[in-house]
This record gives sequence, structure tokens and C-alpha cells, in this order.
Amino acid sequence: MKLELGYIYINDIKFSDLSKVENGTLYVNKEEIEAMILEDENVKSVKVEIAKPGESIRITPVKDVIEPRVKVEGPGGIFPGIISKVETVGMGKTNVLKGSAVVTTGKIVGFQEGIIDMAGVGAEYTPFSKLNNLVLACEPVDGIEAHEHEKSVRMAGLKTSTYLGKLAKDIKPDEVETFETLSIVDSIKKYPELPKVAYVQMLQSQGLLHDTYVYGVDAKRTLSTLINPTELMDGAIISGNCVSACDKNTTYHHLNNPVVHDLFEKHGKEINFVGIIITNENVYLADKERSSNWTAKLAEQIGLDGVIISQEGFGNPDTDLIMNCKKIEEKGIKTVIITDEYAGRDGASQSLADADEKADAVVTGGNANELIELKPMDKIIGDIMPVNTIAGGFDGSLKEDGSIVVELQAITGATNELGFNKLTAKEY
Amino acid sequence: MVKEIERVGIPVVHICTVVPISLTVGANRIVPAIAIPHPLGNPSLTMEEEKVIRRTLLGKAIKALSTEVDGQTVFED
Amino acid sequence: MGKIKVVQYINQFYAGIGGEEKADYKPEVREEIIGPGMAFKAAFKDEAEIIATIICGDSYFNENLDSAKEKILQMVKKYNPDIFIAGPAFNAGRYGVACGTIAEAVQTEMKIPVLTGMYCENPGADMFRKSVYIVETKNSAAGMRAAVKKMAPLAMKLAKGEEIGSPSEEGYLSRGIRKNYFAADRGSKRAVDMLIKKLKGEEFITEFPMPDFDRVEPNPAVKDISKAKVALVTSGGIVPKGNPDRIESSSASKYGKYDILNYTDLTSETHETAHGGYDPTYANQDADRVLPVDIMREFEKEGKIGELHRYFYSTTGNGTSVANSKAYAAEFSKELKNDGVDAVILTST
Repeated sequence: MKLELGYIYINDIKFSDLSKVENGTLYVNKEEIEAMILEDENVKSVKVEIAKPGESIRITPVKDVIEPRVKVEGPGGIFPGIISKVETVGMGKTNVLKGSAVVTTGKIVGFQEGIIDMAGVGAEYTPFSKLNNLVLACEPVDGIEAHEHEKSVRMAGLKTSTYLGKLAKDIKPDEVETFETLSIVDSIKKYPELPKVAYVQMLQSQGLLHDTYVYGVDAKRTLSTLINPTELMDGAIISGNCVSACDKNTTYHHLNNPVVHDLFEKHGKEINFVGIIITNENVYLADKERSSNWTAKLAEQIGLDGVIISQEGFGNPDTDLIMNCKKIEEKGIKTVIITDEYAGRDGASQSLADADEKADAVVTGGNANELIELKPMDKIIGDIMPVNTIAGGFDGSLKEDGSIVVELQAITGATNELGFNKLTAKEY
Repeated sequence: MVKEIERVGIPVVHICTVVPISLTVGANRIVPAIAIPHPLGNPSLTMEEEKVIRRTLLGKAIKALSTEVDGQTVFED
Repeated sequence: MGKIKVVQYINQFYAGIGGEEKADYKPEVREEIIGPGMAFKAAFKDEAEIIATIICGDSYFNENLDSAKEKILQMVKKYNPDIFIAGPAFNAGRYGVACGTIAEAVQTEMKIPVLTGMYCENPGADMFRKSVYIVETKNSAAGMRAAVKKMAPLAMKLAKGEEIGSPSEEGYLSRGIRKNYFAADRGSKRAVDMLIKKLKGEEFITEFPMPDFDRVEPNPAVKDISKAKVALVTSGGIVPKGNPDRIESSSASKYGKYDILNYTDLTSETHETAHGGYDPTYANQDADRVLPVDIMREFEKEGKIGELHRYFYSTTGNGTSVANSKAYAAEFSKELKNDGVDAVILTST
């Protein structure tokens, strides 16, 4: 399966009468977007705003971040099974508005939504402060049920992203990158001497607004399965996820999965990157056992030598992570796991809820409990009041002058467990 | 050592002088002893008096072995 | 600024007073530089001076924990030093515990920096690594030079209140405190690089060493102890007189299994200790003080226990590596199980 990603670099975003992409600037017709979102009868009102790198803007509570893409050639469309038909994607050509994103915010859905600061120290902890963001602050109709609310906001983001992506369909990309995955048999023939490596991606699927969708299917109702790396780049996996901001994978993360990209970097040189196993993180012990059994079995079945396992979230998913690691190691397959830590504000507590000596190769995205002080910003998009109640915030987080003291947990993407960031922790 | 015995399924009581070490090495039933060179005796007493002490300590040990514990427990008396 | 004032704590052995026979030596302070202090003096050059050395026997300290701690604390207070250094204790268990205990007490009570040094398997290391800085040393005094080389500069940094680097930079045992920082590469790249190293069999460094969760759940209590077969096990090195298996006095590589079927009492004629880590006088006079066969026989006769298992197992606990003692304990534990033993009394010195 072969996909060409064409990057169109966006270095500015502006409102305009006509939506278009020109000379690296994304022009957006606000009214068209608003009208499109208001088609959903569960949305009472929407405010469309712009947030650029370096601006004194705080966006909160953030639900999802999405990168606009469009299918230029090949079967299917972006976000199959949700926005596009459930055609298999990952082939042909896809254009990307690199450097831009759609951010959804507005009335809080769950307790675990995040903060994106476009400037100041907080900006260093979230990758989304570097993007030209179109922010949608959606207010739901009164009395809406939480799942419906989440779905409406999720769909508003995906639709807007699709709308923006389409602006790039006929534009010649600034740069093209090609990704190809052969069948396992062919890739072994091509690289007989290289160790066969796969990526095991764990998807948050705890329910109660902690969900992930694969081709439109709720991941908690899936068995561990194989997927091609390029399918992710066309939006096969999306976030439906109002969990802890710091280590949830937004749709942007799924589209730009850094493990996939860094495995491709070494593919054909030091490793043979044969594909991805996706598995879930359910709440029942039997599900955890079944899913990790299947993951280990698939890893053995396709004859792997090594895997990288990434987690999403924390707490009971630590058990899924350790089960996956242990069972795969027991098959004689080497593992590296990526996680983050909840070691307390002083860093002295136990970082993970579960552990095993087989997990001897760990990459950490840092201690999510570490406190950070965020200075006041000139402008708030969304609603600042939930800051005292979101995960990582506490009563008194929000000071009178508008500054906030929170755990890193509250910052969107801060301790990402796909290894998206440079943040990590070490022991003193 | 105490953990390995526990691991095969035999309840074990650890009679030792330096209780914190016993807690660190993971003993579950602990009876504090008299002194390092003579955990179950006291040379400054008569042999008969010593036996009384020894009897008391072992009595505690027997009691500890007959007592259900939830986690690490020090049997002081 | 004048010289940094140091008070050092050492045991009776390093003070040149004596070995195990002097382990009950009471706390004493001398206004001079003694034993390891000489190496520290050389390393400090003109920056610091040891103004007093406190000496205490290891057994005395551990058996009189509260009073010894209080007494030594008063001694340290009198000199009002800028830093307190205990040890290094290497792999001497009771010395390590003493160093950790007194260092922690000085730190808490006097709010001055403290430093000690010991081997990573010293029981004092696990007990105190979270509260005080413990420089990792070799397992014997042969590592003194290397220990001082790491301890002296760290002591100076602590005394001056300078920022302390990571455990690998400074040579201390990690205190289990996690701190965030920005690495050179993103996490995914670090993961891929780590996997490639692991696949090649090259050395790699995990970013989060797994904690030791090795706790064993307590077994259910013995239902009826008056019917139970009870075995005696000791790490106090009790062996038949003459030490037939030649169990080493320290860093034991084996354990002994001995028949006590025909004994109702252990005496100086029949048994002794092979343990080199404590004063053997009392155990040699009457091994029942460590391995209480006499009372167990009485219990057996009185029906307090069902029977005393015919064999006891013995090792010497001091200096024996965790891995070693674990391995042979696993071995004899299986034997005990197969022999139908219902409960074990383990005695340690």
C-alpha cells in the first residue's frame, strides 16, 4: 500500500469572503463554517475564531485538534466511515494543510478537557501552539445528553477540517513524501536481513466519553487487528475522546502518528517496518486479557522480532500496557513501551499503576502531575471557568488576575504517549 | 529468604532484631528479637531466665503463625 | 568565607578499635581525623576540614537505636557543622543502617545537608535512599578510594547549596524523585532508537526503571498450630560444631541442612555459628540463643506445636548477595514444602 502525502505549508490564517489557500495563507469564510456547523440541531451557537502562534490567547476546554487533509487520488476519502464512505484508504495521494489545525472547544463535556496557550511557558508544552488554528467554540442546545454533546462537537470539528482540506485539493504541494508498506511476504523478501518490526497502538476505549473510532467503529467493540500505516494518514482512526488532556491522542496525533513516521525513517535501513497492530483499552478484565492475548498472538503470527507499544491515558490502561508488553515479550519478541507518569506533584510517588520486570525498555512522556503556572492571556476562547474542575486543575487553580496553576495534565498533548514531544522525565 | 519461603506457600514468621530491615526485605509476620548476637537469649541473665524470654518470644511466633494478616505485621506483644 | 566544617560518623572497625568483638562500643566523639577521614581530608584540600569524628559500635547503635541516635545527635549539634558525613558503610548491613539512621536524623533535626555512602544491596540503601543522599560504593572497603572520590565533591556541593545533578552525574543512589525535562529528540524517535539497540543486543537505558513490586502476599495462618509441623531456619549461621559444610562466614555461597532429630538442646559441645557479621561468643556458648531448639522441643512435648521438623536450614546472612540468598532460599523452601512443613520460624541475627 503506497501513499504520497503532499504538504502545503500554511504560515498564516485569515478570515475572508472567500475560503481559499493562497501563498501559504489559509483564508476562511467564517459564515460558511458557522452555517455548516449550525446544520446540526444539537448545536445552539458557534463562534469561529483564529488563534496564531505567539498570540496572547488561551483556548480551553479543548476537546479535539484536527489537521485538514484531502484525498487527491486513490480510493475513498479522509475520515472513512465517519465523513467519507467506508472505503479502504491509505493509497494514492493526499494533500495536507501543514501548519494549520481545527480546534474544538466550548462548554465542557467531560472533566478531562485541556488548555492550549498560544504564547508563554504553557505554549512550550503543547505542540498545537505552533499551528495556525481555526477555533470552533460550540455551545450545545440546553438539556443535551453528554454523549450527544460530544458527538456534535466532534462532528463539527471533522466537518470543518474536511471543508478546509478540500480547499487544497488542486494545489500543488510544496513538498511530497511517499510511504509504502509491502505485503509481509514481499517485505521479508525485499529485506531478508532486517528485523521485522511492528507498531502496537493502544486505543483509548473506556467508554464514558473515552472513545476512539476506527473506520467509524467504536474501538471498544473491536478485537485487536492489523492496519496499514498509511490508513492512519487518511484518518482511519479518530478521537472521540474527552479524557485527560495531556495524554489523549487527538485526531491530529492519529493523522501524524510520530511512531509511524520514525519507524518509516529507519525502514529498509535498520528495520523492516511491516505494519501496525491496533488494540483497545477496555474496562473489563476479561476484555483486557482477550485483547492483549490477541495482540501477542498477532505479533507472533506475523513473525515479528520487535514492537513499539504506545499507550493512551493512564490508570487502568497501565494494566493493558503491561499485559501487552509481558505477553509479547513472552513470545520472544522484543518490546519498547511508551507511556507517561503520574508520580505526584513532588515526583516521589509510584509513576505507574502496574509494572513488570519484562518492561525493561520504557520511553516516558514525563510526569503529568508536575505543576505549572500559566500567566494571564489577553484573550480566552471557550470558557475559562472549568479550569478549577478539569483533570489537573483544582479548586483555586484560577487566580484573580487570570493566571492559573495547574498540573501539566491539563495541557493538551503535554505528555503524549505516542512520543510526539521532547518532554520526558528522569530520576533524581 | 523470608519471601522465598512465603512464596512456596508456607506461612513464615521472622524473628529478628532490626525490624526495619525485615520490613524492607518483605517479611509479613515479624517478631522483634532481643539483640543481634543473641536474638533469642540474654547472656546477662541465668540460663533459666533466658529460657523464659525465649519461651515468650517463641510464644509470640506461634501466635503470629496462627494469626491471619493483611500485610506486613509486627507482633510487638 | 572560612573552611566548610565537617563532622564524620564511623563505626568501631573503621576507627581501629576492633571488629565484631567491639561492636557494642558506645558512642564517642574525638576532635581528630580518623580512618576514612584521612582520605576525605586529602580530597577536600583546603576547602573543608573535619572538625570531629563520632565513633559508635554497629551492634550498640542498632540495639539502642533511640538512645544512640539521640546521643550522637547531641554530639553533632555541639559542633554545628556545615555538613555531616556518615560512613561510607560499603556492604556492612548494620553499619549501613546506622549511617542512614543518623544521617536522616541530623538532616531532619539540624536542617543541615548530610551524605553517606554504601553498596546498593546494603539494607540501609533501600531504607534511606529516598530521604538522604547515598553515594553508591563498591561492596567492600577496597572501594574506599573510589567512594571518597565521589563523596567528597558531592559533599562540597551539598554544603555550598549548589544544584545537585542526576544520580548518574553525581554518583548517588537514585532517590526515586521524577523530574521533567526536555530531551534532544522526541519520544517516538527515542523509542525507535531504543528498540533498534535492544534488537541488536546493544546496551540501552530505559527512561523509567520498573519499580520493585516484589512483595509476596502473606499466606493464610496455620489453622491448628498444635498439629502443625514447624521448621526452624536461620540466617544466623548455626552449624554443627566444626562447620562440616564449611559455610563461609560472609558472602555465603551455600546453605546447610542439618538433622536435629536427636537433639533436645543445642550446647557449646554440639553447635556453633559460622556467621562472621556479629560477635559469635553468645551463639557459641549456647546456639539456642539463635536457633531455639530447646524451647521448640518443650513446645512439642507440651503439645503447643505438632512436631519440630527433623532438619533445620542455616546460612550466614551478611554480605550475601540478594540474588544468591534468593536462589538457595527458593531451593530449600521447595524441600520444606515437599517434606510437609506447615510453618517456618526464621531467625536472624
